Amino acid sequence: MKYVDEFRDPDKARKAQQQIHRLAERIMQCRSGPLLLMEFCGGHTHTIFRYGIEQLLPEAIELVHGPGCPVCVLPRGRVDDALALAQRPEVIFTTFGDAMRVPGSRQSLLQAKTDGADIRMLYSPLDALKLARENPQREVIFFALGFETTMPSTALTVLQAEREGIENFSLFCNHITTAPTIEAILNDPDMKLDGFLAPGHVSMVIGEAPFAFVAERFAKPLVITGFEPLDILQSLAMLLQQILEGRSEVENQYRRVVQKQGNHPGQQAMAKVFQRNDRTELRGLGSIDHSGVRISDPYARFDAERKFPLPGVTVSDPAGCRCGDVLKGLIRPWQCPKFAESCTPQQPLGALMVSSEGACAAYHQYADVQTLKIKRQQASVADPGAH
Amino acid sequence: MSDIITLAHGSGGKAMDELIRSLFLTTFANPQLAQMEDQARFDLATLQQQGDRLAFTTDSYVVDPLFFPGGDIGKLAVTGTVNDLAVGGARPLYLSCGFIIEEGLPIATLKAVVESMQATAREADVVIVTGDTKVVPRGGCDKLFINTAGVGVIAAGIDLSIQTARPGDLILLNGYLGDHGAAIVDARGDLALQNTIASDCQPLQGLVNSMLECCPQIRCMRDATRGGLATVLYEFAQASACTMEVEESRLPVRDEVRGMCEILGLDPLYLANEGKLVAVVPEAAATELLQVMRAHPAGRHSAIIGRVSQASRPGVLLTTGFGSQRLIDRLTGEQLPRIC
Amino acid sequence: MCLGIPGRIVEITDAENSMALVDVSGVRREVNILCVVEEGKPAQEYIGEWVLVHVGFAMSHLDEEEARHTLQLLEELGELQEHLS
Repeated sequence: MKYVDEFRDPDKARKAQQQIHRLAERIMQCRSGPLLLMEFCGGHTHTIFRYGIEQLLPEAIELVHGPGCPVCVLPRGRVDDALALAQRPEVIFTTFGDAMRVPGSRQSLLQAKTDGADIRMLYSPLDALKLARENPQREVIFFALGFETTMPSTALTVLQAEREGIENFSLFCNHITTAPTIEAILNDPDMKLDGFLAPGHVSMVIGEAPFAFVAERFAKPLVITGFEPLDILQSLAMLLQQILEGRSEVENQYRRVVQKQGNHPGQQAMAKVFQRNDRTELRGLGSIDHSGVRISDPYARFDAERKFPLPGVTVSDPAGCRCGDVLKGLIRPWQCPKFAESCTPQQPLGALMVSSEGACAAYHQYADVQTLKIKRQQASVADPGAH
Repeated sequence: MSDIITLAHGSGGKAMDELIRSLFLTTFANPQLAQMEDQARFDLATLQQQGDRLAFTTDSYVVDPLFFPGGDIGKLAVTGTVNDLAVGGARPLYLSCGFIIEEGLPIATLKAVVESMQATAREADVVIVTGDTKVVPRGGCDKLFINTAGVGVIAAGIDLSIQTARPGDLILLNGYLGDHGAAIVDARGDLALQNTIASDCQPLQGLVNSMLECCPQIRCMRDATRGGLATVLYEFAQASACTMEVEESRLPVRDEVRGMCEILGLDPLYLANEGKLVAVVPEAAATELLQVMRAHPAGRHSAIIGRVSQASRPGVLLTTGFGSQRLIDRLTGEQLPRIC
Repeated sequence: MCLGIPGRIVEITDAENSMALVDVSGVRREVNILCVVEEGKPAQEYIGEWVLVHVGFAMSHLDEEEARHTLQLLEELGELQEHLS
């Protein structure tokens, strides 16, 4: 596959790996404690685990798996709202497969489907619009999830619905934006991160500028990164180079896809259809200013929240879940006392166990769970005061 | 005769009798069935000449849509049960079939399915000797469900067991992974993808027979159906207390199946197959066995995909094309298409 | 998040609504190309171009030159090291 296979080449990987080791060694000559580098995006987390990238890195580098998984940070109360919509008899509720297993306070969409709700998994919001066209007597709702990568697609679908005069189509909008979420992490007083791999496909839409504050205000290096394993290794080398030279800049490793200004038609569509919320609740991270969006007033008739009554109840996370600490890089997934105990991919308790993109689910699937459990027990024996 | 199945076709009366005679008896035509007894009867002495153990298995088939590129529910119902017998080293002989039909199913559809079953049975050299038909009201099932059970005979000296894989053994696979799973995802049409992927649905008893003739010391075999290759390897690893090490670069996957997996975020290791088997064999026999497999039409794209190694904790270890390694776990529930 | 896959535009299916057929390794899907077409340039001229597809929308062109450059940089990393050692 063109543009894919070349970026999975093991020979080039070895070269990049050697470069990373060499740079890390030089950096570690004049610092103690590990280098904490966050990959914000769940897509990167997936690549890192799928290709075993952590094994290739020197011990000095710790990758912190960030909150860039829209399913993981979806609050339980919002899932409950989605369920309330899906259970309405006139509604065909459509969603990406990712959201099917996310637990609300009582059920997931998958369970509601079992109970008879008309819930359909689709590849594209355009397919939801097609369903609306084909079923004029039903109300088709699309569960709009995701960061800026996905926002143009739902916005353009709304604009298409408007053009065609389709009235039985609406979005249940749960889009969130990247920069305010990164800012919230950087503002945490416990934050110890040394640099960021920024999400390449978000940048493809919004461009480089929205990340400038990371380098300028917080003096952290940031590299916009592609999703193949070589992209990640190269970006890590670029981050280390910046750290070594004492620079903090926004660099773009993913130039084959990301243009400096991003995608203009996509930005225009987003600006038309969405407006920023004052505050948005993110699961595990709490309330973040301006991170979420809702459907703008001129398009209110495509807003499922205004079209149908919703319970809108806030549901707090289960007690003892330390998702937020994992998201901020304060602890590793296996250091949470619930990990692989009461929280498993079969019965996820916390958000990060839900999606295969979630850091905890990734650890559970790809790492050796027994070894991690032993590691945790040893740590708690050595430091009984922890937690 | 009406052209759709009604509840009367399952009532035990005239309509049912007519359906049995005009469709099942004429299509499956064989002496045992023609007796119209409540059970098929076999001469034990004849069976005993073929081996020293009887193998018996059953499986139910529910698939949406009923017809998909490369097969249909009827073909699936025969190959699935034949393959379950074959990978145990048995020569499949007789099948039963039970139909659960939703009223309203066109009789032409049922006829097409039954004819496909008979064609596949002939190909697999088995006879459908007994059967049952039930009709349920609309909504009681989805169009058509089929159960088949099968018996076969295991020749003396053949003893395959998933507990016998040993460090040093090699792991073989008889062709492309994931064709069935990809064909079904596509045939459902919800994802609006266009391609030419066909299910790999095929009986394996001929291939297995050639394999056992060439290499009676094969340790174990299993067909990689639901849960895909990953699940079979996991079962081997647990039962034999070994690590199954496979190399991603050696796994045969069609470009189109790869393309579909990339688009939908699926992993071909977990996609279903309906004509693929995994075999574990002593290293010394592997090269010759591979040649025999490749010479058979059901094994043309066979490959050695990995080896068995000692395990402190049994499991499946994949060496990625990228040169790193990762553990392969079983699936948690069905693989769902994802955008993240 | 955000699975994005490189594919090639092989056919314009509905120029008015900017819909095109994109091929990914032999699998085809109708995709909206509004975000990657310039105003005034006929859609037909985009046939053969590589785009990055996300949830049924082409969101960016793939720049062959830049892809080559990225791979070249990785190659040079190795040469640099061989040189140093």
